[in-house]
Amino acid sequence: MRGTVAILGASALAIAGFAGFGIADEEAELVVEGETLVSRVAAPEWHPLDQLMSGWVFRSDETQALQLDDFENPGFAAITLAEEVWETAAGTSGKSCADCHGDAGEAMKGLRAQMPKWSETAGEPWTLEDWINWSRTEHQGAEAWKWESDEMLAMTAFIGLQSRGMPVNVQIDGPMEEWWERGKELYYTRVGQLDLACYHCHEGNYGNMIRADHLSQGQVNGFPVYRLKWGKLGSIHRRFKGCMENIRAVPYKRGSDEFTALELYVASRGMGLSVETPSVRN
Amino acid sequence: MKPRLMPAALAASLLAWVPAQGETVAPSDVEIVDLAVEASLTGAAGDAEKGRAWFLDRKLGNCLACHMNSDMADQPFHGEVGTPLDGVGDRWSAAELRAILVNSKEVFGPDTIMPAFYRDSGFHRVAEEFEGKTILTAEQVEDVIAYLLTLKE
Ligand code: HEC
Ligand code: HEC
Repeated sequence: MRGTVAILGASALAIAGFAGFGIADEEAELVVEGETLVSRVAAPEWHPLDQLMSGWVFRSDETQALQLDDFENPGFAAITLAEEVWETAAGTSGKSCADCHGDAGEAMKGLRAQMPKWSETAGEPWTLEDWINWSRTEHQGAEAWKWESDEMLAMTAFIGLQSRGMPVNVQIDGPMEEWWERGKELYYTRVGQLDLACYHCHEGNYGNMIRADHLSQGQVNGFPVYRLKWGKLGSIHRRFKGCMENIRAVPYKRGSDEFTALELYVASRGMGLSVETPSVRN
Repeated sequence: MKPRLMPAALAASLLAWVPAQGETVAPSDVEIVDLAVEASLTGAAGDAEKGRAWFLDRKLGNCLACHMNSDMADQPFHGEVGTPLDGVGDRWSAAELRAILVNSKEVFGPDTIMPAFYRDSGFHRVAEEFEGKTILTAEQVEDVIAYLLTLKE
């Protein structure tokens, strides 16, 4: 089965419209551009699961293949945009990101793996989007980007890419503990008319089909992901919102304390998995 | 063999709280006794053919999302989350199926993933469009029960 992947390469985009269908080869290795990423790892002691698995593992062969080659990966169009933005002066400072940070490959390496990260300035955890907008408004003197704007998606993907292959490692103790507990509570709280919580699908039923969808563990190590259904990159909070809407619940707002706490908790459930940004999902 | 759906008149004579024929029991008035709801929610028997459609409809029962069902072998993507429903009409009576559909938690326990299809309160953060509403109407529940009873092995 695996052998077909390489051959599929060029035709994979054409098939992508149907890529949600068909069961993935769950034994496949995630080798991107010659580097083997960790898509399965033993869970930390406190974790309710034994083995952690990337969402990539559960995708169809065709969708999986799109992520193995950066030229095939549709998320890379945004990387090109972000590379430009990184070098472009903006705001009252007249400075670009590069003017202050230099080479993104060095300055931004490891950041995605630690998100959300405690901000001493704010006294709360910040998502990558929060850090970027803080730098835009405070340092560049530019306007904050909207959460789901093309610029923000491109920049979070570009910064995330600098950590690709590094293990997710978020802080959950100290001042983070309270936020982590809040996120955990949200993860296990039933909401919506269907009266379901995240764990019903992603802890109790990963590996099972729910109609045409192959349920994963709902990990966030690949975000922002290029989702074929969206036809573009999407943020972690967009995905949370979608899952809540599917169970007929009122979602929290993107960037809300609730989604930040939930992001922290869900990220911690993927400790040790490689950052895959920008990953491809259906 | 579990008893089939009782004629409404017979059921009504057995249970004092059952409404007159044609009157629908409100979600909050349904009583689940011994894991069963004896009387039809509408006072009438359901329509199995319609029930089959509600079972399949993604905006209504969407039962196939979680349950495999050989009677719908022509449909792609049967779910693996719930029990396969082949032969379900042999395993449960109408009264038991009614309890499962009205509020599965009363039958399977508080942790079940299966939604309650005839409950309209006790939920959190329900989308405005669905606030105070049940997933299926009383009539649709009865239709689905009639359909499930046709699934025999
Ligand atoms: C009714 C089932 C259901 C519930 C409840 C649910 N999800 Fe999902 N979720 C899905 C499906 C289906 C997908 C797409 C396939 C997959 O990756 O599992 C998905 C995908 C995801 C993904 C993307 C994973 C990836 O690798 O791309 C994340 C993250 C996620 N869910 C988080 C959550 C969180 C957090 C909650 C609770 C607020 C939640 N989900 C509730 C069904 C559900
Ligand atoms: C989100 C998942 C989900 C949906 C949707 C769902 N069910 Fe279920 N159902 C389950 C699970 C899981 C069980 C097994 C009991 C348990 O583990 O709680 C079950 C059990 C049952 C049983 C008992 C089966 C047996 O033989 O023991 C019946 C009958 C049933 N469901 C009917 C339905 C019908 C009819 C619908 C739609 C109107 C439906 N279910 C929708 C998850 C679901």
